[in-house]
Amino acid sequence: MSNKDVEIMENIYSENDRIAERIQKSLHEQGIYAINVMGAPGVGKTSSLIKLIKGLNGVKAYVIEGDIESDIDTKKLKALDIETVQINTGGACHLDGILIENTLNDLGLNEPGVLFIENIGNLVCPAEFNIGENCKMLITTVAEGDDKPYKYPLAFEKAAIILLNKIDLLPYLDFDMDYYIRGIRVLNPNAPIIKVSAKTGAGFDEVCEWIQSRM
Amino acid sequence: MHEYPLTKQLVKIVVDAAKSHNAAKVSAVRLVLGESSGIIPDSVGMYFDMIAAGTPAEGAKLEIRTVKAEMHCPRCRKDFPRPRFSFACPDCGTLGSPKSLGDEFYVESVLLETEEEEE
Repeated sequence: MSNKDVEIMENIYSENDRIAERIQKSLHEQGIYAINVMGAPGVGKTSSLIKLIKGLNGVKAYVIEGDIESDIDTKKLKALDIETVQINTGGACHLDGILIENTLNDLGLNEPGVLFIENIGNLVCPAEFNIGENCKMLITTVAEGDDKPYKYPLAFEKAAIILLNKIDLLPYLDFDMDYYIRGIRVLNPNAPIIKVSAKTGAGFDEVCEWIQSRM
Repeated sequence: MHEYPLTKQLVKIVVDAAKSHNAAKVSAVRLVLGESSGIIPDSVGMYFDMIAAGTPAEGAKLEIRTVKAEMHCPRCRKDFPRPRFSFACPDCGTLGSPKSLGDEFYVESVLLETEEEEE
């Protein structure tokens, strides 16, 4: 017997990235623009999607809902006639490529449009896994506090657009807007930061325009 | 937070390498892990022993080389090691921007036990 040193240089995420590329190619061929929607639990991911889908009038919208448990959000969306498929990870903290690939068949994409993939409520892990999206949208809120870019940098670094939701609550909070924006700009100089309220609907026109300009 | 599925992928990469070189056993795995990759080395080590059991990678020594995260100070135009809990340049206090250094998570090489004369 002898020992042999073999160079590998393989990224642990490479298999997931290969699947994500396959998904991206297939979606592109079907005329689908996919957005990976990330954010902590309770930031209003589903409520924001409802506002966006209404605002994207005339654009066919599909949703994949990722949750650890339950189909509460899927029921809400289906009640509004939005084509939605639920993924329950049963504990896993993020969605990954293979989960999305296996789910896309259930969604029956039959015309071009936009696919929102609502990731598990978590500000950490979803940012680390590509799932075949065209871009990542991060939803944060004034209620979470202004220090989140400093504490969870990766999600802010990877986002192509950042929504600051619950802006209607600003008068009741000690939220330092400059500190928040400065933290984001260090990590991500270019992503638009758009102040929105899923309660009042404020700001979503601008987000819809941004999505349509990218499609 | 998700070291288990990632360590499964790590073991798969290592076992595939052993198979493609007709090696019965992996004696060492050299893993490179960035400090801001979000991956906890001890946790990877624990899962590695569990998942590798019964495979050619069982008992392999896991050698983890960590890479310090770096940031770039736009004012001093210098790179600096990312301080814990801050983005500030240690010299001037300006907030630095992240560099890719520190995100690493890959298998660099493996040490395989092979039959002599085998290519």
